[in-house]
Amino acid sequence: MPSKKQEVEVSEAVEIADQEMVDTEALEEEIPVIDSNKIQILPGASEDGTAASFRILQEDHTLGNALRYIIMKNPEVEFCGYSIPHPSEAAMNLRIQTYGEITAVQALEKGLDDLVDLCNVIESEFKEAISKKDYETSQPIDN
Amino acid sequence: MAYTKPRNRVGIEHDRVTDVSSTDFPGYYPGEDHSWSIEKFKNHFKVHIEYLNELNSEFDLIGVDPSIANAFRRIMISEIPTLAIEYVYIENNTSIIQDEVLAHRLGLIPLKANPDYMHWFKKDDPEFEPTDYDTLVLHLSAKCTVNPNAPEGTTDPKMLYNNAHVYARDIVYEPQGHQTEWYPDGVTAANPDILIAKLRPGQEIDLSMHCILGIGQDHAKFSPVATASYRLLPTIDIIGEPITGELASKFKSCFPKGVVAINSKGEAVVKDARKDTVSREVLRHPEFEGRVKLGRQRDHFIYCVESTGAIPPDQIFLKSVQLLKKKCEILRKFNLSA
Repeated sequence: MPSKKQEVEVSEAVEIADQEMVDTEALEEEIPVIDSNKIQILPGASEDGTAASFRILQEDHTLGNALRYIIMKNPEVEFCGYSIPHPSEAAMNLRIQTYGEITAVQALEKGLDDLVDLCNVIESEFKEAISKKDYETSQPIDN
Repeated sequence: MAYTKPRNRVGIEHDRVTDVSSTDFPGYYPGEDHSWSIEKFKNHFKVHIEYLNELNSEFDLIGVDPSIANAFRRIMISEIPTLAIEYVYIENNTSIIQDEVLAHRLGLIPLKANPDYMHWFKKDDPEFEPTDYDTLVLHLSAKCTVNPNAPEGTTDPKMLYNNAHVYARDIVYEPQGHQTEWYPDGVTAANPDILIAKLRPGQEIDLSMHCILGIGQDHAKFSPVATASYRLLPTIDIIGEPITGELASKFKSCFPKGVVAINSKGEAVVKDARKDTVSREVLRHPEFEGRVKLGRQRDHFIYCVESTGAIPPDQIFLKSVQLLKKKCEILRKFNLSA
């Protein structure tokens, strides 16, 4: 039977372990620090919301061009384009005009969802190709 | 029969390229549906892995648009976090390499350490104290002395002196707190043979280093890739009459080895267009005018990803896909309708 002193030590150890759990959780949660101004609608949007420009901070051609492509694939969208107004400003402007059936915000949201779907397909297909293990492990040498 | 170029082809003429932009958008072709459909994408999209090992890889993504392919390439180069030496605390440096140059050289050494276990070190916060969750500690100390047992008459500094060369393998990792669980095999340089400094007797280096997470956008030392690039699959179409006889062997010699073969009938046939460098040599010869069409397939990307050693190439690519997804999900959280 353990002495009282040992018991105390065990409970203390549990407490310390608990504390550490909390610490790691807190650290994991604070990683995505997102600016509340990450995306804004620029002044000059049409009153019915079918045409609008967005300013997205901390984004560049990586998301800009991918998003432009997927939004242009929407048949309700008349125009979509992006620009980086100045290279020393970490901001990207996105312009969406629709034919009137949906708003620019809806077109953007659909674009984001479609891009997530696209990434999911690429991810699963790539993982499948890797798991098949039927590839070479060294660079083929030409003879 | 007249040659009609497929829609997903970039044309390559002797002096220019044609049809470089995608046309698969709604309204481009009257009466055709080009709206986004995940089902259609799923059916067309293919992955082929040419080869893959710990450091290098070549794989194909077939059926994606350049804008998407380029996003992955850009993310692989500049947005995937890895660990690198960021702070160097120099106790002693009497070598001929200046402190700041030495620190810069150390920073560029690729480390074999999984970045997934680490959290972000908040560089902007002056109050932020390094912990075992966000900082790896490394040490390097080397002192050069005369080797009394050097063979007579030798002029090789490596024989004459001890520690004449300081290599990346001399870096020692000092586990902090929980790090023994995350890095049971320790942390080393991806390539142990990187020369850091050269010393002469009496010179000494003694320093400690802190490694933190970072991205390639901030400094190239944080990039997980040595190169991440793609090219489009080359296409070679022999049009009209088959090329035969003497001309066939001349045709073959216009391409790199293994691209064109001559079949049993003596006709030149395209064996493996992938190996073509698209030198356009064939377009310089008038005898082949109108008999061959060079191009590239606009939706077939051949990626070449070389890792620095921290993350295997397939994981780098998967991370780039996940990161693009995350970018979308973050933006999706904002309520813009209000």
